[in-house]
Amino acid sequence: MNATSSHWSFFAEHRAEILSATAGHLMLVVIAMLIAMAIAVPLGMFIVQRPALRAMSMGIANIFQTIPSLALFGLLIPIPFIGGIGRRTAVVALVLYALLPILRNTYVGLNGIDPAVLEAAEAMGMTSAQILFRVRFPLALSVILAGIRTATVITIGVATIAAEIGAGGLGTFIFRGVALVSDSLILAGALPAALLALLADFLLGLLERRLRVA
Amino acid sequence: MSAKIENFSADLIEFCDVSYHINDVPGRAVISGVSLAVPLGQTLVLLGRSGSGKTTLLRLINAMYFPSQGQVLVEGRPTAEWDPIRLRRRIGYVIQEAGLFPHFTVAENVGLVPSLEKWDRGRVTARVGELLRLVGLDPAEFADRHPRELSGGQRQRVGVARALAADPPILLMDEPFGALDPVTRAELQREFKALVQRLQKTIVFVTHDLREALLLASRIVLLDAGRIAAVAPPQEFLRMDHPEVRAFVASLEAVPGARV
Repeated sequence: MNATSSHWSFFAEHRAEILSATAGHLMLVVIAMLIAMAIAVPLGMFIVQRPALRAMSMGIANIFQTIPSLALFGLLIPIPFIGGIGRRTAVVALVLYALLPILRNTYVGLNGIDPAVLEAAEAMGMTSAQILFRVRFPLALSVILAGIRTATVITIGVATIAAEIGAGGLGTFIFRGVALVSDSLILAGALPAALLALLADFLLGLLERRLRVA
Repeated sequence: MSAKIENFSADLIEFCDVSYHINDVPGRAVISGVSLAVPLGQTLVLLGRSGSGKTTLLRLINAMYFPSQGQVLVEGRPTAEWDPIRLRRRIGYVIQEAGLFPHFTVAENVGLVPSLEKWDRGRVTARVGELLRLVGLDPAEFADRHPRELSGGQRQRVGVARALAADPPILLMDEPFGALDPVTRAELQREFKALVQRLQKTIVFVTHDLREALLLASRIVLLDAGRIAAVAPPQEFLRMDHPEVRAFVASLEAVPGARV
């Protein structure tokens, strides 16, 4: 009881800081997600009919996913141009993490179209570009969006670790809280991050259902 | 010689000693030595068991496959010389379960080829209405529905309307009524027969149902393991004594007491 009220008063006192860290966190996530989508969706469309490239690009995306996130941030620091301390490095790492779920779902969605529909499209004289953009892509959209949703939730979580390399965001509170053994500080970072993740999951889920074609 | 040329102009589709092997491996022939002509306005039914090569023959016509040997001529030109997109837009195509685009409305499905052909919007809308009425669907009720909101029979009607949209001279149909319940199937077969008599299309129709073949065909071609086993008009076909013909005829008489 007492502990809860002390957390609340801590939140109230540091409202402005928490809000600005949340905004910074959100910014990291949005930038990383936009870049990841801009890479993974076209790449997914490109590899659908190219099995060799598909195996290779999925393999590479898989490898990024298996590197522990803290290690990935650390490994990027010494790399020229993309590395260093700060936001840019964090965004690069977050993009690398977000790639796989989006790429995989783009491929699965585009590949999972009813063969009869594709046969009809081809037999009616649609060009392969028309089949991709007017048939495959619209029908795959909800599956692609499911991948974007997964990636967004992951990115919101992983972005807390970005604070460790000086990228700011809600992780700042968490790392400070761990160092100072302060539950209030940890919660000031963890609660907004969890809420962001739930909210993103909910909103993208709504969109996904609206785009689904039965 | 001149008779030959005359034949050419009358045959919309012609197979000249066509063989087709998967990945061009001669040992795995799907189609062997098929020669066949489909004159203007005829309904040719390709009959055969599953795997006899019916669908392959169909796909050789619209350049989804190309012959490993021989030639397939459409309107006198080898399919290899056609631009496949242009060729396919002159050939209506209907398959089992219709293959309708689930994210398009009925009107968008039916109007697809005309809009790919860049007809103006008013003309497409008028054509869609005309075709839906032709296949027995009220445009006011059905044009804005999606395929999932239709029964199997209605979907197949839309499939036929879509194939006819740009008024192609040729229709290819791959077991179009195969997935329907028997009552709906019989209904659609009858209506389709009447429609064909009005429209004067050249049709190649694939089925494994002899009853359907007898009802719709000008000529029946029986395929057996990728070769032509028999060619005959329906009534003659029933009297042929080729073993594969007898096997199909026996399938009609499989139910004791039932009349064909």
